[in-house]
Amino acid sequence: MRGLVSGADPPPAAAIRIYLQYIKGLVMSSTFDQVATIIAETCDIPRDTITPDSHAIDDLGIDSLDFLDIAFAIDKAFGIKLPLEKWTQEVNDGKATTEQYFVLKNLCARIDELVAAKNAGT
Amino acid sequence: MRIEYFQLIDRILDLNLEEKTIKVEAQVPQESTIFEGHFPGYPIMPGVLLIESMAQTSGWLLLGLFKFERMPFLAAVKEAKMRGFVPPGELLTVEASLVHEGSGYAITEAKIKVGGKLRCNSTLTFSHVPFPHPDLRVHMDAVAKRIAFPQQAFQS
Repeated sequence: MRGLVSGADPPPAAAIRIYLQYIKGLVMSSTFDQVATIIAETCDIPRDTITPDSHAIDDLGIDSLDFLDIAFAIDKAFGIKLPLEKWTQEVNDGKATTEQYFVLKNLCARIDELVAAKNAGT
Repeated sequence: MRIEYFQLIDRILDLNLEEKTIKVEAQVPQESTIFEGHFPGYPIMPGVLLIESMAQTSGWLLLGLFKFERMPFLAAVKEAKMRGFVPPGELLTVEASLVHEGSGYAITEAKIKVGGKLRCNSTLTFSHVPFPHPDLRVHMDAVAKRIAFPQQAFQS
């Protein structure tokens, strides 16, 4: 009988790739779920209207003051410091678009980067 | 305290940049035009001025933490509680501590005590920016001197 016991054949590369994508998906959805919950609770926005493609400002109507509350909650939850001043400067200078930082899937990617950088001690 | 000029803080008693805390005192005057309206026959400090006292106290803490390179501005007041009346002549002790320093914003918790008893408390959010005008920096330096801002705090 073949099974997940010692001596079994190693899983094929394709299976490993699928597994890694699954894990990555879990991590990403976890970040998004946390951020969406923070936004829903902080700004009293129905959770089911918040999607990864939502733009925090244009779609959800979050203003800069409310975003401070969200940033505070994100900073606390992830143990990071969202570089809001740097992002704002980049947008004002035309070096970045608001979509890069305020569409939630992009915001979550930035959060994951900051968490990874923190864990790497950089 | 010169309420009419928004000079609510009289003296910094303690500033601990390591612990990120501050304690100041503020003497409510016996007489002020504000008490003529708030309220006739029953003068008490307006709650918004108690909040402003906590904001100014937090502001001095933040100015110290930023080494006078950035100016904090009050952005949000949360859970402000006026727990008792503050009549003319009371000596207030105002304390504040840093809760979080974010990018371009900071959050403090502040409270006012009279005779050791809590009268008022709140969580305050500030946005902070490089000094927007040199005159403001000059003014804050002058006020810092008046309220005995401990310059030695930077050397510890």
